[in-house]
Amino acid sequence: MNNKIQLAKAPDGVEGAGFFATRLDDVIGLARKNSVWPLPFATSCCGIEFMATMGANYDLARYGSERMSFSPRQADLLMVMGTIAKKMAPVVRQVYEQMAEPKWVLSMGACASSGGIFDTYSVLQGIDRIIPVDVYVPGCPPRPEQVIDGILKIHELVANESSRRRYSEDYKNLMASYGFER
Amino acid sequence: MASKDDSKGMNNQAQANEKLPALLVSAFGEDITEASINHGIPVFTVHRNAYRKVVEFLFNLEEMPFRFLTDITGIHLPDNKDDLGVICHLHCLTSNVRLRIKTFVTTSDSHVDSLTPLFPGANWMERETFDFYGIHFKGHPNLTRILNMDDMLIHPLRKEYPLEDQSRKDKNDAMFGR
Repeated sequence: MNNKIQLAKAPDGVEGAGFFATRLDDVIGLARKNSVWPLPFATSCCGIEFMATMGANYDLARYGSERMSFSPRQADLLMVMGTIAKKMAPVVRQVYEQMAEPKWVLSMGACASSGGIFDTYSVLQGIDRIIPVDVYVPGCPPRPEQVIDGILKIHELVANESSRRRYSEDYKNLMASYGFER
Repeated sequence: MASKDDSKGMNNQAQANEKLPALLVSAFGEDITEASINHGIPVFTVHRNAYRKVVEFLFNLEEMPFRFLTDITGIHLPDNKDDLGVICHLHCLTSNVRLRIKTFVTTSDSHVDSLTPLFPGANWMERETFDFYGIHFKGHPNLTRILNMDDMLIHPLRKEYPLEDQSRKDKNDAMFGR
């Protein structure tokens, strides 16, 4: 086999002649984390930085995210990049609502995470006021390396998430606290 | 050729700067409360009741019809008695002459005639002015907010409302200069 190809490390398990036994959660996590389809919700300069991250130099495709999903229905990860005006907030919410479970959210840059320098009547002071956020990437805008780091943090969450989590009371309460019905 | 036209346009402007104040004062008398030349173009402050009539008069001027509405905007000067202003910029495309009309109202009674019957393009500009300053344009076909959220309760560019988002609890004035 070509030794330049790196295969994902198999999860811990019991191995023997002709069989390998492990937890279903681990296998699902492994599969999911290596094919996270992002939905880029780019509104400003962070979006430009994200384009660099997608480009050949930084190449997000190395992490299994080469397929941008511009339809929320097929996306796993909502990446909100840039200033979200209050008038835009219902749009972000709707996009999040349209995504199928399981879904994750990455908030890229100061504006998406906290409103950034736009402490003003028209700008949403952080998208976590309207949707739950899994990973925040700081920076104004963050460098592509930071975005990749954020994606890897998402990978960790995806790989280690229990397959029961989305059915748990905690998760239902979290959704309810943001006003989403499940 | 363009530069020749430009210089001709400037001459027209200079002529208009001399002619227009007398013309408007003779036509509207007391309703023109102030006339001056600012940044090379004439500026007229008119009484709120005469605002549309003055614009209509300029719109129908035979030798110099002001048929292009460059902009309508608002201003809030809280220290003045008539604290809310509407400013409109007009442009005569045939002679390349510009001018500015101002009219002032109060926050408690902020009604001005709409220019939409003359300029369909005034529609969105007046909605924006209403959105940010709460100036009501009488006769406007659809005076609703245009840029801000529909459920916003304030007119954000009026000075009595703070610029910053008021829902934040984590920024204190000492550290963030709010």
